[in-house]
Amino acid sequence: MTAPVQDSTATVVVEARQIRKAFGHVEALRGVDFKARAGEVTALIGDNGAGKSSLVKILSGVYTADGGELLINGTPARPSSPQDIRAYGIETVYQDLALSGDLTPYENVFLGREKRLGGILGLLRVVDRRTMRAETAEIFDSLNVRVKDHKGRVATLSGGQQQSVAIARAAMWASHMVIMDEPTAALGVAQTKSVLELIRRVAERGIGVVLISHNMPDVLAVADSIQVLRLGKRVASFRRGEAEVADLVRAMTSGDAPEEQS
Amino acid sequence: MTMLNGNKSVGAAIAERMPTPDSGHAPRWVKSLLARPSIGMLVILLLLIAVFSILKPDAFLGSYNFRSIALSASVIGVAAVGQTFVLGTGGIDLSVGSVLVFGTVVSARVMAGMGGVSAGWGAVGVGVVVCVVASAFWGLVNGLLVTYLRVPALIATLGSLGMALGAAQIVSNGLDIRSVPAIMTNDIGYENVAGIPLLVVIALVVALLAGFVLWQTTYGVHTKSIGSNPEGALRSGIPVRRHLISIYVLSGALAGVAGAMSLAEFSTTTIGGHTGDNLTTIAGAVLGGTSLFGGVATVFGTIVGILVPVTLQSGFVIVGVQPFWQTFAVGAVLVVAVFVDQLRRGSQNRR
Ligand SMILES: Nc1ncnc2c1ncn2[C@@H]1O[C@H](COP(=O)(O)OP(=O)(O)OP(=O)(O)O)[C@@H](O)[C@H]1O
Ligand SMILES: [Mg+2]
Repeated sequence: MTAPVQDSTATVVVEARQIRKAFGHVEALRGVDFKARAGEVTALIGDNGAGKSSLVKILSGVYTADGGELLINGTPARPSSPQDIRAYGIETVYQDLALSGDLTPYENVFLGREKRLGGILGLLRVVDRRTMRAETAEIFDSLNVRVKDHKGRVATLSGGQQQSVAIARAAMWASHMVIMDEPTAALGVAQTKSVLELIRRVAERGIGVVLISHNMPDVLAVADSIQVLRLGKRVASFRRGEAEVADLVRAMTSGDAPEEQS
Repeated sequence: MTMLNGNKSVGAAIAERMPTPDSGHAPRWVKSLLARPSIGMLVILLLLIAVFSILKPDAFLGSYNFRSIALSASVIGVAAVGQTFVLGTGGIDLSVGSVLVFGTVVSARVMAGMGGVSAGWGAVGVGVVVCVVASAFWGLVNGLLVTYLRVPALIATLGSLGMALGAAQIVSNGLDIRSVPAIMTNDIGYENVAGIPLLVVIALVVALLAGFVLWQTTYGVHTKSIGSNPEGALRSGIPVRRHLISIYVLSGALAGVAGAMSLAEFSTTTIGGHTGDNLTTIAGAVLGGTSLFGGVATVFGTIVGILVPVTLQSGFVIVGVQPFWQTFAVGAVLVVAVFVDQLRRGSQNRR
């Protein structure tokens, strides 16, 4: 996989400052900082319970933060629902529960945002399948996503193809950022490789990608920036090429790596 | 790999604990038949008709018999269309028969108060609206129970099955109300349009509209997406609760339409005659290819599917088999249909 030219001056699309979040007595996030840039893959790593999912859920509008600041494109945002966050052009790919297995790929891509026919039929909410199919084929082509059957049920696709459909859907609607929580956790080696390539292609469209993963080699292969969480705080942040697996593991487990500006 | 295990329906929960029958090595024609269940069902239906025709050609093949099969299928078919939408969301509506009875009893009482047998079209119009609205009310109850109170559909609709039937008996003192306006029976129940009974035409119009909605509108797509993956539908911004409530209201309202049709056909309420409607409508829908596990639903299939139990009923009566066997047969057929549905899913889903 080829790295794009290193460029840490790319626009910051999402910035979290000193975000705090507690669940009862559990402090999941204790003042975490985080930054994701346009056109880059930003990996978010950390041990189990470090707070990755909690942070991502705040970024995707599922939770609201108890404290701290969220900046989207430089302006403070207070999203209170996933719908809010999607209005900012930020889409999330969930590890599971993502697609409707009984619907076709294009129905999934447009689910909840269906194209309707014009005129009276549109008012009667009649869907415009032809347009939806064409636009889906277009985004699939541009991301090099291949599914064997565009009119068949998504459940008949392989796990990797399903994840690709989910990522393409997010890329279709995201104008600024796509968040992915462990998108390759359930995949085999070959499928993981093709999904990682897809993730890079999404970033090359100029969209920011936030990637949670437990697989260090994958992270090193695909990420432009790696931010490490430990016990609800960011303890380290590396640019591409600055770290090896051992550095990441040390930061995740002991958190003694110096805090760097990304 | 179970990436798409978001289906929370009762059926799916049960199915998860059972080994999926493996049809991976079935011949191609078996697979394509499994993929198009409504066509397979059409073949089975024609076989049934052939068998009964050979056994009793004069009685079974008569136009009187076809007319009565069509009328029965029309009334129960309209209710089965509602059931199809409910099953599509991964839910189930056991209350259709009781809800139908409740609607007819309230409607018949209102029409009795407006002149009874000699009442005019005004009374009939009010009666039909009352029948549909009273039935839709129970659909609303079901919908609220399933969404806001999170009562499983199986239990919620079983509860309203009891409540609606009890309420109908309270309203009618347990006795059928026979004072249905004569014009309702004469000008709707016995009416023909181009040789086809008006009730059949009404049922076909309902099925056509509902089929189009399920097939070609966002409402239909959202229905199937909820049945397929409720959590995913919610995350895609679909108002899942509101949609589910509307689905149960639709099922109740269509049971009400079926009730009004039944009043026109028989000119009386039929309080004791609908205990098997839930079984029949579910069997009809599933036989036609609608999945008991949600996500897949087809009104065309339901129309074909519902003809199977209705034809069995008529055939058994004509051949002289005790009619109780019909209930037995429909029950058995439902079990087979669900098994086939599982085969179908097992052969198509990648794991
Ligand atoms: N909804 C919740 N209610 C209560 N506690 C929660 C909730 N969500 C997360 N936590 C707690 O917050 C802490 C951080 O959890 P989080 O899921 O964010 O970690 P994570 O980094 O995603 O871990 P993993 O790698 O296991 O997915 C954990 O101690 C977890 O138990
Ligand atoms: Mg997590």
